[in-house]
Amino acid sequence: MSAPTSSEPTSTARPPAAAAATAPARRGGRLNAMLITGAVMVGVVVLICIVSFLWTPMSPVATDPIDRLQAGSAAHWLGTDGLGRDVTSQLIVGSRIPLLVGVVAVLIALLLGVPWGILAGMAGRPGQWCMRWNDIVQAFPPLLLAVVFAAVFGASTWSAMLALGIGFAPGFARVTRSGTIQVMSREYAVAARAAGRGPLFTAIHHVVPNIRSIVIVQATVTFALAVLSEAALSFLGLGTPAPTPSWGRMLQEAQAYIYNRPTLILWPGVAIAWTVLAFNLLGDGLRDQLDPRMKERR
Amino acid sequence: MTLSGNPSGAPLEPDTRIDPGGSQPTPVLTVRDLRVGTAHTEILHGLNLTINGGERVGLIGESGSGKSITCLSAMGLLPDNLSTGGSIRLAGIEENLLEMPEAALAPLRGSRMSMVFQEPMTALNPLQRVGRQVAEVIDIHGHGQSHQSSSARAVELLDSVGIPDPGRAAQAFPHQLSGGQRQRVMLAMAMANTPDLLFADEPTTALDVTVQAQVLELMRRQVREAGSSLLFITHDLAIVAEICERVLIMRHGELVEQGPIDRVFSDPQHPYTKALLAASGLEVNPSTGRLVTLADLTAGPVVDPQPGSEGEAAPRDPADRPERTPFRIHESLPDGHQGTIVFNRAPASSGLAPAMVQVTELTRTYLRPGRGLKGPTKVPALRGVSFDVREGQHFGIVGESGCGKSTLLRMLTGLERDGSGSVQIGGREVVGQRERNLRWLRQEVQIVFQDPMGSLDPRMRVEDIVTESLIGVPRSERRERAQKILLDVDLPADAVDRYPHEFSGGQRQRIAIARALVNSPRILVADEAVSALDVSVRAQVLNLLSDLVDAYGLTLLFVSHDLHVVRHVCDTVAVMKAGRIIECGPTDEVYDSPQHPYTASLIRAVPTLQVA
Amino acid sequence: MAVNLLRRIGIFILTAFVASILVFLLLSVVPGDPARAQLGTDASQAEVDALQQRLGLNRPVPLRYLLWLGGLLHGDLGTSFVTRQSVTPEVMNALQVSLLLVVAGMLVAVIIAIPLGTMSAMRQGRADGVVLSALSQIGISIPNFLMALLLVVVLAVRWGVAPASGWVAPAISPGGFLAHLILPALALGIVRGAILSRYTRSAVLDIQRDDFMRTARAKGLTSGRALWRHGLRNALIPVVTVTGVEFSGLLVGAVVIETVFVIPGLGSLLLQSVANRDMAEVQAVVMVIVFMVLLINLLVDLAYTIIDPRLRSAR
Repeated sequence: MSAPTSSEPTSTARPPAAAAATAPARRGGRLNAMLITGAVMVGVVVLICIVSFLWTPMSPVATDPIDRLQAGSAAHWLGTDGLGRDVTSQLIVGSRIPLLVGVVAVLIALLLGVPWGILAGMAGRPGQWCMRWNDIVQAFPPLLLAVVFAAVFGASTWSAMLALGIGFAPGFARVTRSGTIQVMSREYAVAARAAGRGPLFTAIHHVVPNIRSIVIVQATVTFALAVLSEAALSFLGLGTPAPTPSWGRMLQEAQAYIYNRPTLILWPGVAIAWTVLAFNLLGDGLRDQLDPRMKERR
Repeated sequence: MTLSGNPSGAPLEPDTRIDPGGSQPTPVLTVRDLRVGTAHTEILHGLNLTINGGERVGLIGESGSGKSITCLSAMGLLPDNLSTGGSIRLAGIEENLLEMPEAALAPLRGSRMSMVFQEPMTALNPLQRVGRQVAEVIDIHGHGQSHQSSSARAVELLDSVGIPDPGRAAQAFPHQLSGGQRQRVMLAMAMANTPDLLFADEPTTALDVTVQAQVLELMRRQVREAGSSLLFITHDLAIVAEICERVLIMRHGELVEQGPIDRVFSDPQHPYTKALLAASGLEVNPSTGRLVTLADLTAGPVVDPQPGSEGEAAPRDPADRPERTPFRIHESLPDGHQGTIVFNRAPASSGLAPAMVQVTELTRTYLRPGRGLKGPTKVPALRGVSFDVREGQHFGIVGESGCGKSTLLRMLTGLERDGSGSVQIGGREVVGQRERNLRWLRQEVQIVFQDPMGSLDPRMRVEDIVTESLIGVPRSERRERAQKILLDVDLPADAVDRYPHEFSGGQRQRIAIARALVNSPRILVADEAVSALDVSVRAQVLNLLSDLVDAYGLTLLFVSHDLHVVRHVCDTVAVMKAGRIIECGPTDEVYDSPQHPYTASLIRAVPTLQVA
Repeated sequence: MAVNLLRRIGIFILTAFVASILVFLLLSVVPGDPARAQLGTDASQAEVDALQQRLGLNRPVPLRYLLWLGGLLHGDLGTSFVTRQSVTPEVMNALQVSLLLVVAGMLVAVIIAIPLGTMSAMRQGRADGVVLSALSQIGISIPNFLMALLLVVVLAVRWGVAPASGWVAPAISPGGFLAHLILPALALGIVRGAILSRYTRSAVLDIQRDDFMRTARAKGLTSGRALWRHGLRNALIPVVTVTGVEFSGLLVGAVVIETVFVIPGLGSLLLQSVANRDMAEVQAVVMVIVFMVLLINLLVDLAYTIIDPRLRSAR
């Protein structure tokens, strides 16, 4: 996706706009609330994930043909699924795969996309060719890439993480590049050149610190997307293979019982939505908190 | 006029002595105890002012003084997060404008009162044809009988504000017009329904001086013909002198002084007004030879500005100025000249060593990349520029936006590698060199940029900013040198550990100067170095700059659009237009007897504090 | 202008060409021998060789790519490893189905997003604005297949207002087509609409801070009318930017949704061919999807020039 870039040559002296007085002040309270809500919700998911390694009410994989499709009870808080497995335990353990895939995919995307974006942003004309390549990769939606990887390398957690990581990288490259271009257009980047500093120094000491916040926000939002994509992939049966539980596969299995036990889709659904919402809120909250434009207005 | 120093906040009575019509003046706008604030701070602290029918009033203040907020309050255009108190009344309207609902207030806007904004580039809807936008203001208020008639009226209005070929301009989109033309369109819209009151919020600040002069003249004529009152907001006292009869001086959300313009300018009461006047005129303290600053006026004995001289920009006495050029050549580019003139070059007979900076036939053409379906276009930025700068000279380069001065500066400093011609600094070539072959240049030449906000990395500590050019110097020594240079620019040594946002605009520019000087360069290039500063700070920074240039024995290249400042700082000046130098010579000669008609028009267009 | 149009199209062709190389390489590095995989371990080497011969798998990779590309240019998407017949008719039918679904989903998304986004921007900071904003935030967080399942449970199973699954071609029965389209289009459109509404919201908020909106109000328009007359068209520009992204989101979303509703679109075909390890068909489907994404991006680029005069006229 290439939005038209504004490329008017900037010119000369403009006394400062009297914008300081009219700049819209943000309502700090509500936005902070978003950040805190997001952080707390993320905390809950992470906590559940940690707990899953120490304790679950029952074994998440033990089947029980007699206690199939039970409603909630003292023994099975949220009931049992079609194979008689305890839904609560599956939900708790099911948090591992989405989080793992999220972390690794985001890391891969970050490591591929950010240096590429900085390169594209600092290289001028060749940078535009970097972005052409980016456009090509972006034509492969992450989930499609994951399906292809599953087809080629077999469905596994690794193929999912790798494919999603590659698929999300262009997004990182894009925001990094636009941030880098903004930094490079500032006079302090020119001043660094005038001070005799090379591009590597500028990249490390000027670009990275100034784009850090947008990359953090992008990482958070991408994490949410990764959780969604992992769930979709597992739902299609192309994610982490059985018997490792994951919310997406719980949904896929629940689909068969949609007529007699529709509540089975509820819990994994809520878990996915909760996690995605958590990271989206965190990302939006961070964006408002870290937005450098807001910062410079003080 | 009563005493004006007003720290207690007691309301100032409006000055009603002026009486243009001879009859009893009728107030058009009456503001009483206007208070505007956010949840945390108050921006306006109980403002009182009255504007009479047909009166032209200037409202002057530096950035953050609350002057824009004042008229936005009256128009009901304040941002949502600001709350208001007090009253604003418009003649013929019973209610307090501040308490009127949007639906009742909107019909007054554009008919009874209207407004022209600062930034002409963004003030028009980019997706709508200009004529339609002008016609809309007629339609909204029901003055157009039909779509056709309001369109025809729009073309008339465009004609009345002096837009050439108004019929075609009406069909144009805003981006196809120049900044000055867009501001004319804004004025046409504002005056379409002959309002009682026109607010103009820094309407010419973003324009070049020659365009500014035209727009001001147009505005004065339009307002006078329509019999409208004008509230003209600006930071520039000279502009007010050109267009207004009465002036209000505002500081920190309060009026500190008001009165007829000749009285306020000749006999200012409040120290702030005095300081502002002195700073705007770049007045020189006769005893020290330095510019008068706000601090001088508030601390030490008040320097009495001599009534006669204050209107003129007072250049330093040429006799006091050390002679840096052992020859005086004043040349200009004749009409249709095709060959090369090397400006400011010592005559061969002088037997002087070659100049420090030798620029020969510098040419640069940009390829502006295409947008959308528009193909790339060639934009000539420099069209053969040649001049010398001798060691120790203070060489000024002036010109309006787009004249190529920024490009020239970038090529001089090796920041722009494309382009042809030659720049020799100390005999070594800059143009066409690779970055790694320009190490020496980074030692010799340093730059101070315009924007004290953008030229300092907000995430870096001052120590790292200042010592950026000290490559390979151990950390402890860097800190030491940073502290030393900060003392040189009158900042405390403990500033090293702070971040740029903790400093004011003037202080930031001092940091930028410290950065430029830390490595003891031989040439200092100042790119609009004081253009972004408030007038009261400007004088301080200019003083500092001249002191340091003298102390360090620097050669100074001073690029600016502000002829006033250049006259004060530079001994030699080059005037640029459309990618060429058209005139160059000793500053006072060029200013006093310009040879090129463009130079003459440029100098004429600069507003002066002289009261008409 | 024409030159630039050609340049745009040239870049598009180049991009599609490189993308085709990527698709081909990705799917020809499959570990193991596809012919062997099709015939099973019992088949003799001679049989495998014969199949390889027939599918052209014994040729060198660059040649195979060129042959495939040549086929693509003639509208031949390749030969299935399983049926050993051209996959073109099957893929094209599936594409039609998916495009209908995507267009319907887009329609639902736009109908939801534009009013919702505009409203929540205008009511920013007030209770109803916060509620709208929260709704869209939740909408984004629900995976589309979950939305599909919920719709099935409520609308199909509980209330029986629409069929729970299946597909009827519009040519066969327009009524049946629409009935079967409702749930999948809603499932796709609601989630995408939530995303689009957030873009709309921030675009409208940005526009309201623009200088020309202040000018419009200074001319005598109330803030609502100023938004209507001057703001929305300007706000459309950033919204159009994301429609390209939205489209690829919808197309991929359709892949998932189709399996829930058993719709014979590209998604079902893709998953079926993955299950069969029919790499030729996977390759064809992936190429078609990637090509569609690139094509939409081209169209979006061109759409700017229609909306924004700044991009149209040479000064």
